[in-house]
Amino acid sequence: MEILSDEGGRRHVRSVYRAMLTARVLENKLGSLYKAGKIVGGVYLGKGQEAVSASLATCLEKGRDVFAPLIRDQAGRTAFGEDLLDCTRTYLGSVDGPMRGRDGNIHRGRPAEGMPAMISHLGASISLVSGMLLAKRLKGTLDGVVGATCIGDGCTSTGSFHEGLNTAAVEKLPLVLTVANNQYAYSTPNVHQFACERLVDKAVGYGVRGHQVDGTDMLACVEVMYEAVERARAGEGPQLVVAEMLRLTGHGEHDDAFYVDAAIKQSGVGRDCLEVGRKQMVDGGFAGGDEIDTWQEEAAQTVQQALAQAQKERSPDPYQDDWQAYATHLSTYYNQD
Amino acid sequence: MSEVTYIDAIHAALDKAMADDPGVFLYGQDIGTFGGAFKATKGLVGKYPGRVLDAPISEDAMAGVAIGAAIEGARPVLEMQFADFSSVAFNQIVNQAATHYYRTGVPVPLTVRLPSGGTPGSGPFHSQSMESIYAHYPGLVVVTPATVADAYSMLLESIELDDPVVFCEHKFLYRWLKSENFDGDALPIGKARITRPGKHATVVAYSAMVHEAVRAAEILHAEGGWEIEVVDLRSVKPLDTDTVVASVARTGRLLVVGEAFPWGGVTAEVVSRVSADGFHLLDAPPVRLNARDTPIPYHPKLWSSHRPTPESIVHELLKLLNY
Repeated sequence: MEILSDEGGRRHVRSVYRAMLTARVLENKLGSLYKAGKIVGGVYLGKGQEAVSASLATCLEKGRDVFAPLIRDQAGRTAFGEDLLDCTRTYLGSVDGPMRGRDGNIHRGRPAEGMPAMISHLGASISLVSGMLLAKRLKGTLDGVVGATCIGDGCTSTGSFHEGLNTAAVEKLPLVLTVANNQYAYSTPNVHQFACERLVDKAVGYGVRGHQVDGTDMLACVEVMYEAVERARAGEGPQLVVAEMLRLTGHGEHDDAFYVDAAIKQSGVGRDCLEVGRKQMVDGGFAGGDEIDTWQEEAAQTVQQALAQAQKERSPDPYQDDWQAYATHLSTYYNQD
Repeated sequence: MSEVTYIDAIHAALDKAMADDPGVFLYGQDIGTFGGAFKATKGLVGKYPGRVLDAPISEDAMAGVAIGAAIEGARPVLEMQFADFSSVAFNQIVNQAATHYYRTGVPVPLTVRLPSGGTPGSGPFHSQSMESIYAHYPGLVVVTPATVADAYSMLLESIELDDPVVFCEHKFLYRWLKSENFDGDALPIGKARITRPGKHATVVAYSAMVHEAVRAAEILHAEGGWEIEVVDLRSVKPLDTDTVVASVARTGRLLVVGEAFPWGGVTAEVVSRVSADGFHLLDAPPVRLNARDTPIPYHPKLWSSHRPTPESIVHELLKLLNY
């Protein structure tokens, strides 16, 4: 496919892999900080899902497109252009972060810049992104815009998934919905989550195009995501992409994932997409091993700087916070207590 | 003389909001050519092409779409066919819309219209009053207009507010309540109104219960010369405690009437606030009167004694006055 062959494609693949690598370096550090007791609340990592996440977001353009990441999309966030400081500040509760200490970890975003902040209720972002696209259509600015969001296998059991995908299909919105089938929703395996043979078959039921990909295969992800995003951009309506992989962590860092079947770990879906990606980068001539090592060192430095910066920033002060839950300051009447 | 109804006021407010601001659009089930289950949007799809959108039966997605559009700068007005069905959209309304400004600093200028309250024969799933539930959540404005003029001005103000507003419009008032025009004292959302002045007791009510309270006050005036003050809350969040306490200061007695279920809720909130802020003003324990603590019944005979009536309000007031 041309995305892998020409110079632009080469740069694209390099961007995907660098975002994957940076996310992995960052998340390894976040995991260490959590285990050292330096982060309150939870830490949720995307290890094993970087290829699908970064492949999607590398196709998107910040300032034009919408990207609503989910729990395991650090690589996509990085690829979309989220500042690493947004991540470290949110995990550490800095008042200078986008959530100002009011929300933590992966519940962050900059909705005004096309990246909605996720809520924990799975599937809620599907219709939210559709609404953002609909508003752009009303304003006449939708042409060539794509909205993308990500869910896991567990979310495909929710009403929000059905309602959201069906609504996007009815309105023929340029939505790319990626399902990372990482085999477990928290501890619940696929067999207790859905009864269909292949999740991608759900696409047929909604009248949208379905794509299936091996989420451990970086180059395959790059190709499939590129095609899905371009089809949405060209006006072909919602695209459902289902990627198969295994998450390589627990649900969060508090979870040792004892329940994961050893046979699945040894199988194809248990491959680490970052290792596969590195081999593909070198074998395909996208980057040399030395260059990748340099990227890794640079990522480590960038992550260290972002953490150091967030660690020295102020935490929120209950006496300074305005505690304002309303945008309209009818101060005579609002928040009167 | 021509008359306008409460639902005319809602229709006229939607029309004006759409004419004034191209960012306003309507979304809901059957609201296009059909004009909505109660005809609130009749004719608007032809007048504003592309801005009155029929939604699939998907309240969760409808709310999510409207919230997304609001985040993007549009001003969506979402019609729930019945307030009862907003329970399907509860997650999006209370977790997405209500928390959004506090979490991200980006406002959600969304109006959710809830055709609320009971009418004879509507039964348990087409009669509910949801205002207490939504008022529980920080970040939501919850309004309950009781007059034609308020239905008009408060809907326009709701659409203009940058916050998510749950607009509880009463189905019984739709065609029963008539006025000469949409004009009234223009009070802002958050300000209560003294509907009827009095000195012997205060009845705090909102939405359709304002009219039942006024009828109760008229009965007591005719039968015993009592002068009952009726306060219309107009909006339940924000709740105008000052006007309520000032009324209790004049009368010394408080009855709070609501059509919603009795457990917790708006009436409990008013009693709690007055007990805390105006305990010294009370000559009798504050009382509240709600619907019965059962699902809402179908048969008109059962239904009409399920909710507060002028007679049951009179009954409570007499106990209060004779305390």
